[in-house]
Amino acid sequence: MSEFISTSIPKFTSVLIAISAFFVILALLFAIAGRVDGKKTRPVSLAIFLGPALLLLLAGLVIPGARTIVFSFMNPDSNGWVGFENYYWMTQDPNVKTIMFNTILWIMVVPLFTAALGLLLAIMLDRIKHESIPKSLLFMPMAISFVGASIIFKFVYEYNEPSEVQIGLLSSIVKFLGFTPTDWMLAKPLNTFLLMIIYVWTQMGFGMVILSAAIKAVPSDIVEASALDGAQGWGLFRNITFPMVKGTFIVVLATGVVGALKVFDIVRTMTGGNFGTNVLANEMYSQTFVQFDQGKGSALSVVLFLLVTPILIYNIRSLRKERAH
Amino acid sequence: MRNSKLAEHNPGRKIFSSKIATTIVWLITLVWTVPTLGLFVTSFKSDKKILNEAWWVSLFNPDFSLDNYKNVFFGNDTESLGTGILPYFINSIVITLPATIFPIVIATMAAYALAWIRFRGSDFLFFSIFALQVVPLQMALIPLLLLFTGGAHIGSIPIFPALGIAGDFAGIWLPHTMFALPIAIYLLHNFIASLPRELMEAAHVDGANHFKVFRMIVLPLAIPGIAAISIFQFLWVWNDLLVALTFASGTEEVAPINSKLASLVGQYGSGYTQLSAGAFITIAVPLIVFFSLQRYFVRGLLAGSVKS
Amino acid sequence: MKRKGLLALTSVAALSLVASLVTTTSASAAVNCDPFSAYKGMKGKSVTIFTSILEPELTTLQTAWKDFTTCTGVKIKIEGSNQFEALLPVRVKGNNAPDLAFIPQPGLLAKLVDTGKVKLAPKSVVANVDKYWSKSWKAYGTVKGKFYAAPFGSNMKSLVWYSPKQFKTNGYTVPSTWTEMTDLADKMAAKGQIAFCGGIGSGGATGWPATDWVEQIVLRDHGSAVYNGWVDHSVKFSDPRIVSSMEKVAGWMQNPKWVGNVKGIATTTFQDAGKGIPDGKCMMLQQASFYGNIIAESGATISPTGDAFAFYLPATNAKVTVPVVGGGEFTAAFASRPEVVAVQTYLSSATFATSRVQLDNWISANSGVPLAAYKNPVDKLSATYLSNPKSTFGFDASDLMPAAVGAGSEWKEFTAWFGEGKSIADVVKAIDASWPKS
Repeated sequence: MSEFISTSIPKFTSVLIAISAFFVILALLFAIAGRVDGKKTRPVSLAIFLGPALLLLLAGLVIPGARTIVFSFMNPDSNGWVGFENYYWMTQDPNVKTIMFNTILWIMVVPLFTAALGLLLAIMLDRIKHESIPKSLLFMPMAISFVGASIIFKFVYEYNEPSEVQIGLLSSIVKFLGFTPTDWMLAKPLNTFLLMIIYVWTQMGFGMVILSAAIKAVPSDIVEASALDGAQGWGLFRNITFPMVKGTFIVVLATGVVGALKVFDIVRTMTGGNFGTNVLANEMYSQTFVQFDQGKGSALSVVLFLLVTPILIYNIRSLRKERAH
Repeated sequence: MRNSKLAEHNPGRKIFSSKIATTIVWLITLVWTVPTLGLFVTSFKSDKKILNEAWWVSLFNPDFSLDNYKNVFFGNDTESLGTGILPYFINSIVITLPATIFPIVIATMAAYALAWIRFRGSDFLFFSIFALQVVPLQMALIPLLLLFTGGAHIGSIPIFPALGIAGDFAGIWLPHTMFALPIAIYLLHNFIASLPRELMEAAHVDGANHFKVFRMIVLPLAIPGIAAISIFQFLWVWNDLLVALTFASGTEEVAPINSKLASLVGQYGSGYTQLSAGAFITIAVPLIVFFSLQRYFVRGLLAGSVKS
Repeated sequence: MKRKGLLALTSVAALSLVASLVTTTSASAAVNCDPFSAYKGMKGKSVTIFTSILEPELTTLQTAWKDFTTCTGVKIKIEGSNQFEALLPVRVKGNNAPDLAFIPQPGLLAKLVDTGKVKLAPKSVVANVDKYWSKSWKAYGTVKGKFYAAPFGSNMKSLVWYSPKQFKTNGYTVPSTWTEMTDLADKMAAKGQIAFCGGIGSGGATGWPATDWVEQIVLRDHGSAVYNGWVDHSVKFSDPRIVSSMEKVAGWMQNPKWVGNVKGIATTTFQDAGKGIPDGKCMMLQQASFYGNIIAESGATISPTGDAFAFYLPATNAKVTVPVVGGGEFTAAFASRPEVVAVQTYLSSATFATSRVQLDNWISANSGVPLAAYKNPVDKLSATYLSNPKSTFGFDASDLMPAAVGAGSEWKEFTAWFGEGKSIADVVKAIDASWPKS
């Protein structure tokens, strides 16, 4: 125990020093830069506000991203050029067709469902007593580590032979309703939707909390004023609340798309990508880290990146439209 | 305070939906909680029972023990050193605090600049940052490790020093900070950009510079958003395994609790007992954080400050 | 900078505290330090090891080399991870490699050698391996004619798990030939019992147990030459001999009469598959020597008269004597400091293997380990077969094949074969097509 304490103290000291150093440097920067005036104010402010983020992004994501693009034109060991071979492979491999189809299905269904449910709950939570209790319970799945979640859903989707006792929740409910349960993870295309439910279950809390924060930020005098004008229920929501949180809703939606694009641990633990449930991010992981084919893995990441461009364009357009108003 | 005032003014709104809303919310909450309840019940069962008896049956047929928790906390081996998972728990806290605070502060600053300091290409930059979310972090591991261990050079001229922080806590904080920025900036931008323009303009007219506006207006008003996003960053880091294991190692000195749980399962075991108990041990801290940040999710911070 | 300094200072203080504790306790235990006299002058040095081995074996390993640490003063820091195969290449390529790693796949070893970061085995290790291991075991640690990695632990895959208690109750006897085994399965089926348990689910690695089953039969039916040809693709998956072995597997593990729900095998995890053995839910499971640990998770006793035990999977072809499929880890070094070489040498010695074997749950193909040293009856049984000079040994083929096949298409296609009823013809065609061209 004394050893435990003697090794823990320096750990906490290091945290304390790191955090205080961080804020001291920041305060110094603000103080010094705050004195700059005249023409240089704007560039200096920009450099201090934006500089650290851009530097970190450059080292942490931009360079690795560019490297990935280069690797996508190279062989498995990244020591020889292969041209477009890794991309050509994608058009030829029958598995990739399923993977693309599933990935698109994921980004079409999951974000919308997650965000809509999150919004619905955020609005209703705003109107009930003891809001924090259901909110915390709804948020809880987000806090559960993925290993925990995978065990949870094992005991939801587990299927046993009809002669044996069913220990899976879904199988038992189906049996209770008088139907015959089936081996859920083998049932195409239902299995993909069952995997999506896991994602919605774990991630819904995200949209709910963010949207809830946005709803709280809608000034109450606006709500008050329009309520006095006779706005109620659906009308109040459609005309007042939703327009105020629309921006946040789109943000949650867009974040959901990125999340759905990157989903791989759910698929990996539940089916290993078998039985027609594979998705892009899982295949990318398998190619890169299991089969050690850096080339194919990188090419798949590039496609992942390309899939996000439509949302990007939509986002830019809606921003332009907003500006035009 | 404003809530009660609102209710007085607006009894209609309260009556309108509170009953239906309460019913629906609690119904969904129930559905949402049942699977977790299953895990909770499972965490008190023996391995044999877990596979042979449905958890809701066990609920009426209780034969629960704390053995799983005991094993996770102290190990099932009497020979082991005795502190069990405690050092790993400390490591998780040591990793998570800076890895939450650093990116949130840096992202708040960047989001402010992108939203309120106009410059050429700021939209383009903002959306490029959004798009960076898609870069799979698995692809960034090797280049970052190389950067930390060897620095960066153009020819023989070093442009980035070898930090030598791989294996240290700082070697975990930094990648977490980098990887968190795109989503944190994107989300915070949404909150900060929607602050009332009049307020900013009034402040600038009063002679406040960007640094002052940021401290006096943006930070206080964006608190609900910052709190919400901090929670998620906290969660992501708390539940992370990949970054910690890549940039540090799985040893008692630096590894987070997740890595200890993963290794408790054993090489081939299914680990239902350890994992289900472990899941509830690790969930405790994020839930405490969530509860303690709840008070920032309050209505009306902006109320009164804007002329509608 | 200051923070780091402080951290280093306190951890040094803490370390010396630990070190002094260790030396004081060991002084009273009176350890015989003679076997370690070769490793001198390295007190206070430390060596890091990365492995896929997890608890409780990790603790047992540390117990096994405790005397080495006590006598030489070299501290061994070992880290186990279930993400080992993905993390090790990342750390090696990122210049954050451990000093030593226990690598279970010769294919992965070859990949890492390509990065130029793996050190050649030092002379002392070569001497140990030449003395204690067979040529074929040395060959698995050899890449392009150069020897890098000494064998570490081994496992024996040609075992069938069953419950001696259940067999006794039902009046069954352990089969010693393939026909006896199939006859027994028929007898069980007639009684309404499920003869063979099966499960190939394993998350991202789903399908690997099925590759083991096919390996068993290929080696049993056709012997070493065909098996080795299959590994290097001079014998294709579509070769009639491989196809006929796969048909035999289909007649065995996809026989609804014996296994019940065939497709369920694809969605049952390999860990859950055998947990019903003690209760007679299913009677036999072909799995490796480590599987006893999994059955024991639910409190079953593993012994020749207990809840579960294993018998040797019988041969199918009289011309192939004592076919044994096995696997193992290999110790690769990424540093050549004297203390690393010392640990590497010690780990390849019979001294270490014997002290580890005595602690249960471990098998070594090191010929310097006396059979009597094994305490665990399954380990002893496995070691008997591994050390039998008449054995026809085949190293786990999927671990030797290129990862695109052995950890990719083969897993995937075999899973479709079991779970989706994909035909053998289509399965072998897809696997052959995925074989890397270069």
